[in-house]
Amino acid sequence: MGAYLSLAVFVLVAVAIALVTMGLAIILRKRGRPEGEKYQNYECGEVPQGTPWIRFHAGYYLVALIFILFDVEALFLFPWALTLKHLGILAFVEMTVFVVILLLGWLYAYKKGAIEWV
Amino acid sequence: MNHPLLGFLTAAGIVFFGVLGAAAYLVLAERKLAGYFQERYGPNRVGPFGLLQPLADLIKLVFKEEVVFPQSNRWLYLLAPGIIAVMALLPLAVIPFAPHFAVTDINVALLYVLAAASLGTYGVLLGGWASNNKYSLIGGLRTANQMISYEIAMALALVGVVLMAGSLSLKDIVAAQQHLWYLIPQFLGFVVFLVSMFAETNRAPFDLPEAEAELVAGYHTEYSSMKFAMFFVGEYIHMVVAAALMTALYLGGWYGPWKPGFHWFALKMALVLYLMIWVRWTYPRFRFDQLMRFGWKVLIPLALVNLGITGLVLLR
Repeated sequence: MGAYLSLAVFVLVAVAIALVTMGLAIILRKRGRPEGEKYQNYECGEVPQGTPWIRFHAGYYLVALIFILFDVEALFLFPWALTLKHLGILAFVEMTVFVVILLLGWLYAYKKGAIEWV
Repeated sequence: MNHPLLGFLTAAGIVFFGVLGAAAYLVLAERKLAGYFQERYGPNRVGPFGLLQPLADLIKLVFKEEVVFPQSNRWLYLLAPGIIAVMALLPLAVIPFAPHFAVTDINVALLYVLAAASLGTYGVLLGGWASNNKYSLIGGLRTANQMISYEIAMALALVGVVLMAGSLSLKDIVAAQQHLWYLIPQFLGFVVFLVSMFAETNRAPFDLPEAEAELVAGYHTEYSSMKFAMFFVGEYIHMVVAAALMTALYLGGWYGPWKPGFHWFALKMALVLYLMIWVRWTYPRFRFDQLMRFGWKVLIPLALVNLGITGLVLLR
């Protein structure tokens, strides 16, 4: 059996486990419809104030943007790491240049305070 | 009896039941140890030494009333705990627990593990968003930010291991550590991986997603019964997986002073898990700005430095 086929079956079994467990709870759960206060959002016992669609810190977006930058870098590093021994010092220098360019972006974000919270 | 399908099913069955059982008893172990750390007994009523407590908890959770809020986004709300549980289980497929025992051995195993870890973020984010609750939303956003930030540090630390082993397959990586565990030559990477592991599993001191004092329970505030259990068990499976990864990548996997085998793997995993519990009941929680600063300004540069040193030493 191919390695990837086994992997696919494994994924299906994992999904099945999740579905069966949650399905079991639906069959066995306590009957009766929840009503009244049970249908309210939990806000430490108070009646919920306003909408849950609150405004949140824009910093979350900034970090997500820097994340994409570095995630692509990490992804690029993996094939490089696999073949570095064959490619030799030239590949190392090339990767250093690449990482330094990315670090300039990181430095810019740092100086602009994108990583700084508050 | 030697049919490959049969072998695969046996291996998958052992791994699934083993890990689900381990996760259930990890919950008990954590409660017991927390009790001892705080000079109390911990659960000791159900069965001898409280050993049947996980079973009692399971029965209780299965029979609980299901509350799906009319104001929540129904399908996403139901999907989120499923994503968490499935994504926690997926990495188990490639972890070599013993010299000839792994569900499957693919040559991009490490990338697969990282992919599963990234997809787990969706469960938390969707759960937080679909609950239609302020605390859940903030908890979900924080988690997403924390997990993606520390994921980079983790991936960069892993590149060091890949450089040394020259393979992405966990089996090859363990085999390459027969004489020297990567803990020693990759010590910087090990430290970065250890810290990001705590953040990735949302454990203290990085348990901001569910910071009780400020966010009620974070992204799973509005979840009840089995759906809550999925989040909860998912967290403990994450711990088991993280401990297994650490064992395979840095602690020499199944190798030990004597006969190599599963017993070494299990022992090392247990020690890592004990460390995780120990840290949780010892250190206070980070603040969110401290968390971000530490991840981006300390861990990521440190991981890059480790990478540079490793590359230079290998090419010398």
